[in-house]
Amino acid sequence: MSDDIYREIILDHYRNPRNKGKIDNADVVIHDSNPLCGDQIDIYLKVVEGQIKDIKFDGKGCAISQASASMLTEMVMDKPLTTAKDISKDEVLENIGLTNLGPARIKCALLSLKVLKMGMVKYYSDKEPTTAEKMEKDSNLF
Amino acid sequence: MQSSELETNKIRNDFPILTRKINGKPFVYLDNASTTQKPLSVINKIVNYYSFYNSNIHRAVYDIAEEATHAYELTRQKVCKFINANSPQEIIFTRNATEAINLVSYSWGRKNIQKGDLIILSEQEHHSNIVPWQILAKEKHAKIKYLKIDETGNLNLNELEAYLNSNNNNNIKLISLCHMSNALGNIIPIDKIINTAHAYGIPVFVDGAQSVPHLTTDVNSLDCEFLAFSAHKMLGPTGVGILYGKKNILEEMDPFICGGDMIKEVHKEKTLFNDLPYKFEAGTPNIADVIGFSSALDYLNEIGMDNIRNHEIELTKYALEKMSELKQIKVYGDVNLQNRGGIISFNLGDIHPHDLATILNEDCIAIRSGHHCAQVLMEKLEVSATSRVSFYIYNTKEEINIFINALGKAIKLFQL
Repeated sequence: MSDDIYREIILDHYRNPRNKGKIDNADVVIHDSNPLCGDQIDIYLKVVEGQIKDIKFDGKGCAISQASASMLTEMVMDKPLTTAKDISKDEVLENIGLTNLGPARIKCALLSLKVLKMGMVKYYSDKEPTTAEKMEKDSNLF
Repeated sequence: MQSSELETNKIRNDFPILTRKINGKPFVYLDNASTTQKPLSVINKIVNYYSFYNSNIHRAVYDIAEEATHAYELTRQKVCKFINANSPQEIIFTRNATEAINLVSYSWGRKNIQKGDLIILSEQEHHSNIVPWQILAKEKHAKIKYLKIDETGNLNLNELEAYLNSNNNNNIKLISLCHMSNALGNIIPIDKIINTAHAYGIPVFVDGAQSVPHLTTDVNSLDCEFLAFSAHKMLGPTGVGILYGKKNILEEMDPFICGGDMIKEVHKEKTLFNDLPYKFEAGTPNIADVIGFSSALDYLNEIGMDNIRNHEIELTKYALEKMSELKQIKVYGDVNLQNRGGIISFNLGDIHPHDLATILNEDCIAIRSGHHCAQVLMEKLEVSATSRVSFYIYNTKEEINIFINALGKAIKLFQL
């Protein structure tokens, strides 16, 4: 099974992460970590006219958490916030091709999605408080 | 000494879990610093209590309650003997070593630590020997000083001596150190440290969670003021911790948790506390597991702590030799086998420990990955996590071979 988990695409994104770094003048900067593993993810968002114009992540941790973050940035780059807002856990897991993870490692794979959603809540809380509230209440997101 | 002298095969037969196969592969358990497996005698002892004399202790007069009380107190006597304490009154049962440290930081700390006082810890302490003191220090406006460790994880005793020597205002009130590091396996010269501390009149708390299960422990000759350890790391059940404290000090301390069983008399306006050790054991304790722990102590006594230590030195030596053949590996801690227990922390190339643990799990090998509740140490080592293997009486060189082979697979997978 580890051959299934550590496929070339995961190792490629781990070794050569896409969109890694910081954005100066980002609209949102948000950080979270996985207390069990110590994986850490920062996400930087630049939003123009309701669209994610730029996204970068910074962080450290295992191959799954970092590759997943790298792939997530590709998934939402240039997408409208409204689309990014509705990305589900399953979509992320399917996108990275890890649908059989156990409960411990699934947290690694979904950390970046959690941080992205936290970032969007933060972004909306100024502009559209009701959307932010709705997102926060949707327990499926976190 | 050869590890086979411990009759590992015979020992393994006593542990039902070691017969398990997962996906057709034998279960290789190398996470003993976290918790150890339980022999059938311990499991049966607990089943026997619940089956035949389950009752509350210290109160009722009927037969089975007396049987339960006797069995519970017999464990206390065995613990007393196991660590060579003066009296069973110095043995207090808690939930775990963590609670034992909290008991002292609360009951002793709040009485004896004042504004401006200092508590000395080290950089390699487990969070359980940091956080309770941090909270106490914050409350009392006291300070914590961390003794530095070098790259091999060893404490600089000269630094301690110089520090105690320059402490002209006598505000150092306690030194609290782990005897064996849970993350590196390093054993500190605790006897020397206690001697030095006592020369300056400073009491010493020994966190023995890792040392007591693996080394002969003699509190009488150590002369420490406090010692904490956990039953589940030495073949016993979870939910049982032990606090040893010198009787005169325990007597001066106020209770920690309050309620039934820790009192002599309760009136509307005042309460007279019970004698030691009951003053610190409020409410119905973990009777079954304390009773079960006595079989664990019997088991360890039967094998002999010196034999256990030799077996672990032998396994650690073998594992370190095999691991050093992998050029991508970085091993932490002291290389001198006399200065370390059967714990090896390492990193393999740039494979994150959680990835490595996942890969090893495919071969049914249980290792630990993470910061091992020692983030201060991880910062010092400049890593976010390590992988860790840790051995006990039932581990074999064959299991180490399986582990080394699996490391080879990981190297291949990550193309190191």
